[in-house]
Amino acid sequence: MHNSVYNTIVVGVAFSPNLQANVFEALRMSVLFNAELVLVHVGEKSTVKEASLSKIIAGFTESFPKYRVLWEAGNPVEVLVNACVSEKADLLILGAIQREGLLKYYLGSVARKLTRKCPCDVLLLIKPSANRIQCSYGVVNGLAHEKTETAISRAFYFLTALGANRLTIVEEIPEDSVTAKVDDDRSLRKSTIMKERIRLRENTRVQNILGHISVDSKNTIDYDVQPIFGKRGYSIGHFALIVRADLLVMNAPQANSIWDRIFPHDLEYILSDLPTDVLIVR
Amino acid sequence: MAHSKPSLFTGLRSNIFAGFVVSLIALPLALGLAIASGFPPIAGIIASVVGGVLVAVLGGSYVTITGPGNGLVVVLLGAVTVLGEGDAQVGYLYALAAVILSGVLLLIFGFLRFGALSDFFPATAIQGMLSAIGITILLKQFYVMLGDLETKGSALELVLGIPDLLLRLISEASSGQLYAAAIGVLSLLIMVFYSKITNRFFHLVPAPMWVVVLALGFDAYATYLGDGNPISGALLISLPDNLLTSVPTPNFSKWQEPAFWGVVLSITLISSIESLLSIKAVDKLDPEKRRSNTNKDMKALGIATIVSGFLGGMNVVTVIARSSVNVNNQATRRVSNFFHALFLFVMVLVFQEQLRRIPLTALAAILVYTGYKLSAPEIFVRMYRIGKEQLFIFLTTLVATLLTDLITGILIGLLATFVVHVVLNKAFWLFSRNLLKPNVLMYKEGETQKYYVGIIHFCTFLNFYKLKAKLDKIPQNAQAVVDFSLCSFVDHTVQESLNNYEELFVRKGGSVEIIGLDVHQTDSSHPFAVRTLRPMEKLRVFGGGRTKRQHQLEALAVEKEWGYQDTPKTKKLLLQKYIGYGTTSVERVYNQLSNVENSIFLFDIKYSEGVFIAKESVQTTFLHIKLKNEIPVFSFDREMLLEKLSSLAGFHDIDFPKNPTFSRDFYVRGNNPKAVREFFSEELISFFSAYGFYHVMSNGNDLIVRQFLRTATPAEATAMIEFGLALKKKIEG
Repeated sequence: MHNSVYNTIVVGVAFSPNLQANVFEALRMSVLFNAELVLVHVGEKSTVKEASLSKIIAGFTESFPKYRVLWEAGNPVEVLVNACVSEKADLLILGAIQREGLLKYYLGSVARKLTRKCPCDVLLLIKPSANRIQCSYGVVNGLAHEKTETAISRAFYFLTALGANRLTIVEEIPEDSVTAKVDDDRSLRKSTIMKERIRLRENTRVQNILGHISVDSKNTIDYDVQPIFGKRGYSIGHFALIVRADLLVMNAPQANSIWDRIFPHDLEYILSDLPTDVLIVR
Repeated sequence: MAHSKPSLFTGLRSNIFAGFVVSLIALPLALGLAIASGFPPIAGIIASVVGGVLVAVLGGSYVTITGPGNGLVVVLLGAVTVLGEGDAQVGYLYALAAVILSGVLLLIFGFLRFGALSDFFPATAIQGMLSAIGITILLKQFYVMLGDLETKGSALELVLGIPDLLLRLISEASSGQLYAAAIGVLSLLIMVFYSKITNRFFHLVPAPMWVVVLALGFDAYATYLGDGNPISGALLISLPDNLLTSVPTPNFSKWQEPAFWGVVLSITLISSIESLLSIKAVDKLDPEKRRSNTNKDMKALGIATIVSGFLGGMNVVTVIARSSVNVNNQATRRVSNFFHALFLFVMVLVFQEQLRRIPLTALAAILVYTGYKLSAPEIFVRMYRIGKEQLFIFLTTLVATLLTDLITGILIGLLATFVVHVVLNKAFWLFSRNLLKPNVLMYKEGETQKYYVGIIHFCTFLNFYKLKAKLDKIPQNAQAVVDFSLCSFVDHTVQESLNNYEELFVRKGGSVEIIGLDVHQTDSSHPFAVRTLRPMEKLRVFGGGRTKRQHQLEALAVEKEWGYQDTPKTKKLLLQKYIGYGTTSVERVYNQLSNVENSIFLFDIKYSEGVFIAKESVQTTFLHIKLKNEIPVFSFDREMLLEKLSSLAGFHDIDFPKNPTFSRDFYVRGNNPKAVREFFSEELISFFSAYGFYHVMSNGNDLIVRQFLRTATPAEATAMIEFGLALKKKIEG
């Protein structure tokens, strides 16, 4: 791990049945990235809590992580955002909520606010586990966006650290970029040709980005490019679900206003129905 | 693919002939439909002529015929009665205004690209509405057929009135009415038995024209006898004295009344649904396999309806029966629609004297038959076969339409369908939470060049337009795979529409293959029955009804003389001995094909990876080969997909120094590199390279072959079997 991107990792701890799994996942991440882990508990410090947390951490035998615990009462969103700022965190780890009895995961309202306000990268875990589960396949967006290059190189970095071996760069092409409307055979032919042209153009763009990225992991990870004509932010999540990816890497959204909640944009589809673990890159 | 535009005269002769044959049917139908709608008989002819000419010039379909439609009879008759408040002539002028405005709406629909409108209604509810229309036409025209022009009333009243009608016919009818009724009954017999008579010369003239011939023959015979036609004026067709100049003026003065706009909306809705359904059906008949531009056709129909209305005619819609006669007579282009209009125009001008001698009872007989066709008992039986709940939706819509009106009826049908879906799934949230979310993903699989279409959540008439929008963008000569494995509920409307797409694709050299429905539950044996992943209480008979894919797999088994079982004994431990599969748990094995020696099996399998099931389980298709001789333990694949299944301690990528390309392109792993290297002879290496898209695993005695993370389509299953047979032969020598 020569160029460490993640030096400080923040994770919120709540005393729920998932505590052990959450803490173990966070510890594992900090070991993988050789980073310091800051466990933040929103609430008063008490000896009982402290003891049970220490007991859980003592049970983590995979390696010896560096960690600290912060105890602070207040509004969970504010406390965690402040912790990220003051600790100069590079990564915030959050757990998703599983919908009752279903294999569906979504973000709670606190986590949702955090993904918006947090200044650093955010990792959303759908199913934290005390035991290690191999992550082997990642999907990253290839949007025409200035942050995409960072997202793709971060995806390579992250997947390498996790020991994954496969990455698909999904270019989501908005359906309305194909101006030819399909009515009959002739217009269908026209739109098919137009799509093919756009596909080639987009492919060149992504290949350009890939050319810029100079990380060793380009050799150890098999990567390919998959163009998809469809709704932005939706198609990539559905794709990740279909190919059984383990990690989805996305650009952070630019601005967030009330309109984005009402008219879901890029990230909202994924946050309301998490297909896999998601890494949001800032 | 680009083909040159056919010249104006290509196949002109066959198109003129087809137009002629259609005009023979269109003449009595147009007259009859107009009378049944409460319009003057000539209104039907106007709609046919105007429609034929304008849609031939402006339309976007190829072999359709346009004219007055039977679906509109009920709503137009209602319009004349309601708006005229009893006065038929006044009502006619108001109704014309409504027709014109519905034409304007149709035109706007065309510009707004509402060509998919009919897909928003559940197929069964539409069928129920059409049957209700059929019953209404049948009952009303049954009275006319027996010479009774007076009786009016609801469907129930008309049914109960039939014995009375017969009694009156026997006791108090005039001889003229008796003759007319006799012609009516004879005409009905001609309509019913036409298809049963096999005489070639008899079939030169279409059945409705025989009815006209019968009526005119009777008239000629009566005149010949010298008594004159005994059938009185009221029971004969009345045409204006001067056909070319007598144009009525539509009356728009009711434009402020809600009832008027109610009529406009129902006419528009029914005419667009009838037209769109007909266009969709006729596209499947087109000998040149073209795709109609429905939006362009809607605009043309709108313009034609406006013009027809101003000239005193009915709505112009696309009609299925006349269109199929058109195709059967080798029509290939829109010009046949034009000639149908032209011949009709000439016939009416030349034979107007003869037309005035046709009794209404003969035309009513044609409509009684049409009405019967729309509501035949077969339709009820078919609905029951698809599922009890479909029969329920069908009957609810039918009764609701008969008791109220068409719009209320179809809306109740829509609601009934939705309620049935909620009850079947016992989950309102499935629909409420996901209705507005996108649920379709479509992309071109890089490796196979197939179009993959995946659907999640649910797929019913409520959101079929999203799937349809994607399907419409796939070239129809391509291979498409529609995957429902992550979709909890699929309704009948969707499956029927998909079947439609399958037929269209196959006709153009492509294919639509549906996968992932085999594990869904149903209580019907119909291949298009509703299917849900949610448990249906009391109906836990897995395999209660086979899907189309299961039928195709069974056919494949029969063809190869293999065995087929849809629920074989679960091979729980099958995967345990393979590299990387130690922790998988098999949930279900289904759709198994096996050869006679029981040494090769192809089956679908549902398994989850590991104890910590973070994701939905995998559904895929495996090929299992039992070998006679022992071979090394290894795994072969191109993308290291197997690696994710668990840590592969001790299993390394094995190098083949003599075959650097093979070494680079594929991952071969095993715990005994020396034995594996020996096993992979030059011949096997070239064989495996050619089939690199398969993942092959060996546990020493058996092989497992897999291609996708989804189940294989029947075509892919066939290819896998061929691969398995060849591989077994190569290894066993």
